[in-house]
Amino acid sequence: MRKCTAANLDKLFAAIAENAALYLPVDDEKGTAQYKKWAEGTVMSNALNTAKSPKDFFFPQSEDLMKFKTQGKTIELTDIRDEKEDFVVFGVRACDVRSFDILDRVFLVDPRDSYYASRREKGVIVSLACSKPTETCFCSAFGIDATNPAGDVTAWKTEEGFFFKANTEKGEKLMASLEGLTEECTEEAVEAQKAKTAAILEKLPLADLDTDKFGGGKTAELFNDPAWAELSRSCLGCGTCTFVCPTCQCYDIKDFNTGREVIRYRCWDSCMYSEFTRMAHGNNRNSQLERFRQRFMHKLVYYPENNEGIFGCVGCGRCLAKCPISMNIVKVMKTVGGKKDE
Amino acid sequence: MQKITREVLIEKAASLLNEGVVSAVYGWKKGEFVYDVTPALFTTTEELEKEFVWGDFCGANFSKYLVASTRKIEGKILVFLKPCDTYSFNQLLTEHRFDREKVYAVGIPCEGMADVSKVKAAAGEGIIAIESTEEGLAVTTLYNDAPVVVPYAEALAERCINCKSKKHVAYDELIGEEGDVLESGRFDQVAELEAMTPDERFAFWQNELSKCIRCNACRDVCPACTCEKCVFNNPVSGAETKAPMGTFEEKMFHIIRAFHVAGRCTDCGECSRVCPQDIPLHLLNRKFIKDINTHYGEYQAGAEVGSRAPLVNYTTEDVEPCDVFERGDKNA
Ligand code: SF4
Ligand code: SF4
Ligand code: SF4
Ligand code: SF4
Repeated sequence: MRKCTAANLDKLFAAIAENAALYLPVDDEKGTAQYKKWAEGTVMSNALNTAKSPKDFFFPQSEDLMKFKTQGKTIELTDIRDEKEDFVVFGVRACDVRSFDILDRVFLVDPRDSYYASRREKGVIVSLACSKPTETCFCSAFGIDATNPAGDVTAWKTEEGFFFKANTEKGEKLMASLEGLTEECTEEAVEAQKAKTAAILEKLPLADLDTDKFGGGKTAELFNDPAWAELSRSCLGCGTCTFVCPTCQCYDIKDFNTGREVIRYRCWDSCMYSEFTRMAHGNNRNSQLERFRQRFMHKLVYYPENNEGIFGCVGCGRCLAKCPISMNIVKVMKTVGGKKDE
Repeated sequence: MQKITREVLIEKAASLLNEGVVSAVYGWKKGEFVYDVTPALFTTTEELEKEFVWGDFCGANFSKYLVASTRKIEGKILVFLKPCDTYSFNQLLTEHRFDREKVYAVGIPCEGMADVSKVKAAAGEGIIAIESTEEGLAVTTLYNDAPVVVPYAEALAERCINCKSKKHVAYDELIGEEGDVLESGRFDQVAELEAMTPDERFAFWQNELSKCIRCNACRDVCPACTCEKCVFNNPVSGAETKAPMGTFEEKMFHIIRAFHVAGRCTDCGECSRVCPQDIPLHLLNRKFIKDINTHYGEYQAGAEVGSRAPLVNYTTEDVEPCDVFERGDKNA
C-alpha cells in the first residue's frame, strides 16, 4: 500500500495529468459534483457521488459512428470515431466501478463493441472507498463492498491523505509512475476506516433490502404481478432514471443528414420512452406500465438470468434521488412479488 | 410547517369516497425517507389511512395527471390543489385538456414546500428522519447525534420563496383560509440577467444548458406540455432528438419549449423542481412572462378559465415588433 499526503495531492494530480487526461469529481457553482477534467487549481469534490454517473467515459450519451457520402452509385464510408486519448478517472465509488463490469458484459461480448472497447482500453479507473454513505445507498444489497471498491487502483481518503493499492497491471503502471510522490505505508489507517464505514453501512435504512424475490428464472412469477399497475401509474415516462443510471445501456442508432453527407451516430435511449425500439409492425410496449416494468425486470430478472445471477443494479441510489415522482427501484423491490414489508 | 393536518384531508377524502361523490383520490403517498413522496391514486379509506401524506414535501402538482386519468377512470376524481396548482388546473381547462365535470377539486392552503437538497445542504447527508416542528424541520441524519433544526426559510424551494399567490383560483371546495395574490420577487433574477451584456448572458445560459442530459423530465412534468406527441419524440417531425448533440441542440430544445409554453406557462415551477441537473429553467419562462407583462399588460396564465393569452390575441394596442427589436438591440 502507498500513501500520498494531503499536501502532495495536487502534485499527484499534476503528475497523472502529465501522461493522461485526468477526470475527477468537481463541485459546480451550486455544489453539485460532476466529473471534470483536471487542470491546475482544480479542487476535488467531497461529495459522496456525482450527479451523473461516470458511464459517459465509456458509453457517451451521443457519439458519431461513421459518415456516408453517396455520389451516383458509389458510397463512401468514413470511420469518424473520436480516438480517445489515454485517460484516468479518479474517485469512482464502488457502486459505479461495478457498473463498468455490468456494461462490459453487454458491450464486450460477441459482437464486441469496438467503440466501447477502445475506451475501456484507454481508461484507467482509480476507485475511492466510501466513508460517508447516505440514506439512498444500497450497494451492499448487491454484494458490493463500499469500503473496498474494485478498479485498476483502489484509493482510500483519510485525514492523513490518500492511500492507494494497485489491483491490475494498468493500475500498477500508474502507481509506478507516481512513486516519487507516494511512500510505502501500513494498512492500519485504511483498516480502521473500513471498519468504521462498515458499521455505518449496516445502519443504512436500506441495508436489509431483500433481493431474494428477484434473479434469473423469476419472469413467470413477477411479470403479471398486479403491483406493476400502481407502481407505474404516476410515472412520467421521462427517462431521468435511465439517464442518471450507471448501468442503463440502451441506445438508438440514428442518421443525421447534413445535406452533403450522412452522419450515423448513436445516443442513449430509454425503455421508458414511447418511441423505444419502435418497429415496422409498431411498438412492442404500448403502455407506460409495460415500459416501466421493462426497466425493472431487466435489472432484476433478465440481466441476472443471462449473467450468472449478477443484478443489473448497483444500488447507487441515483434514481432514488432524481426521479421527479420519487418512484424507484427500491419501491419496486419492496412491492413487487409480495406485500411491502413494513 | 403546513397548517392543515393530514387527518383533515384524509377525512375529507374518505367521506367523499364513501358518499360516492368521487371514485378515486389524487394524493401524495408516503415514501421511504419522508421526503420522497409519490403522486398516487387512492380508492379506499384503508389505503388513505395507511399511505396518504400531507406535509412539507408534497410539491408534486396533480393537474396534468387529470388529462389522462379523467379519460380512464369512471366517476369523479378528487384532486387536492395547492394555490399554485390551481393555476395549472385552470390553464388546462382553458385549453380543453380535461372534462371539468369529472373532477372534484379541493383547495388546500400551502405554507410553502421544502427542497430536500437545501435540507441536505443545511443538515448534511444521510437523512433518516425529518419532523416538521414550530421552529423548522428537525432533521436526524446518520451523522448527527441530535436532530439539526433547519428553519423553514432556509429549506423553502425556490419557487416557494417567490410564491406568486396563496389564492386558489379554482376549487369546488376550500379547506382552511383563502390567501391573497402576493407581490413576489420572482422577476428579480430575470432583471439581473437582463442587466448582463449579451456575452455574459450567453455564457450564463451556455453553462446552465450544457448540463442538460435531455431526460425530458422538465417537459414531461410540465402542465403546459400536453401535446399527444411532442415534436421532439416524433420521428417524422424533423426535430426529433433523443440526445443533446453538441451545445446547439439542447438550446434548440429549451428555446423551442420556452416559446411553446410562452403565455401558457403559469410559473408553477415544476420544471426546475424536477431537473436532475438543477438547471434554473424557470428563469427562461419568467423572462417570457416578464416581457408579456411589459409589452401587453399584466397577464397571469391560469388566473381565470377562458382568458385569451396576449400572444394569441390581437388588439390595436399591441406592441410593434420594431419596439421589441430595438430593445433587443440595447442588450435587453
Ligand atoms: S420512474 Fe421516475 S425517472 Fe423514471 S421515467 Fe418514471 S417518472 Fe421518470
Ligand atoms: S437502477 Fe437506480 S440505484 Fe440501480 S444502478 Fe440504476 S440508478 Fe443506481
Ligand atoms: S451506493 Fe455504496 S458504493 Fe455507491 S456511493 Fe453509496 S455507499 Fe458508496
Ligand atoms: S429536466 Fe433538466 S436535464 Fe432533463 S431535459 Fe429538462 S433541463 Fe435537461
